[in-house]
Parts: sequence; structure tokens; C-alpha cells
Amino acid sequence: SFRCLSALTPELRTTLDKVVASQKVLLFMKGTAEFPQCGFSSTVVQMLKSLNVPFETIDVLENEILRQGLKEYSNWPTFPQLYIDGEFFGGCDITVEAYKSGQLQELLEKALCS
Amino acid sequence: MGVTKEQVESSLKSKLSPSHLEVVDVSGGCGAKFTVEIVSEQFEGKRLLERHRMVNAALSEELKDIHALSITKALTPNQWEQQQESEKSQAAV
Repeated sequence: SFRCLSALTPELRTTLDKVVASQKVLLFMKGTAEFPQCGFSSTVVQMLKSLNVPFETIDVLENEILRQGLKEYSNWPTFPQLYIDGEFFGGCDITVEAYKSGQLQELLEKALCS
Repeated sequence: MGVTKEQVESSLKSKLSPSHLEVVDVSGGCGAKFTVEIVSEQFEGKRLLERHRMVNAALSEELKDIHALSITKALTPNQWEQQQESEKSQAAV
């Protein structure tokens, strides 16, 4: 049977390791913080804005290889993908849950002070 | 090509043997957008991220065609019972 080649090359993995480590709060999303292209991405942006934390975003719609590779890198099939302190935190549903319970704020405070 | 609600349910049932499962097709019929509420003993001792990963893994085939999957609940039977209780008591107030 036919098997697709992995989009996550060793080079892309190394690059992503550096990218996620370079930011305290990083959101891979559809569109930009100013112009989200999807409701789920928009929701996470709104939550981060309301918590008043600095964060960076990367638009996965701009780069198909990045988009496919990230799914493997994070072991997560959809976007948005939130990284906190270099670690994958979750997608939209998990972030909403954590926002409601106060865990998100707690974790972000910890990350930003570390 | 879309995925049916029945396909999503049967994959989740066979892989996570849930005690409660509610799959809703919110795509308006094209089968590209679902919400899932699932209660399973297999979630015991696992963080939410791990639980969601288990659901995603169970639906790895379907996810190739699903555009949006929202896991609204991924609970253990105990958590589910507690939530049902508290909803009941809130409704009574």
C-alpha cells in the first residue's frame, strides 16, 4: 500500500525545536492575531489578549510544509496549536477549559516569570 | 468526501469503549465538523491533553476528512457522575 512521506524532515524538526524554544508563548494558527482565518484560532487569540500576555503567532496557512510538519511535531492533527514555555499545551478546546478553570493564567504567569 | 457520525461513533466505541458518548454533526450534513462528548474509564489518571490525544488517535483515519473536531468533554465515569449531580442540583435551585 501507498505511504505518504513524512512532512517532518530532520531539518524541519530542528528548526521547530528552535522556534518553540525562542518564545514563551507561541501560537501556530490560521491567519494572524489581527486577522484570524478560523473561529478556533480567533478564540485562542481572544483568550491570550484578555489575559494580557505577550505572545507571538505563526500563520500556518502561509506554508503548507510547515502546516503538515507541525501536525507530526506536536502529535496534534488540527490548528490552532498553543506552545507555552517550549512545550505543546493544546488546541482550542483544551485552552478554553484551562482558561475557564484559571489554569491557563497560572501557567502563563509561571512561564513569563521564569 | 465526508465522514458520517456513525463512523466517528464506531471508531470511538471500538477504541475507547466509552460508557457515555455523544457525537454531534455540526457541519449541517457534509460530515466535516463534529463535536464529541465522551466518558471512558481509559481516561483515568490521564491529563486532558493525553485524553484528547487518545480521542484524536482513535479518529486518525476520520481526521483526514474532518475539518473541525471539538472535544467538549473527555471525562472519567467518576467525573461524569459528579458533573451530572452538580448540574441536577443547579437545575433544582
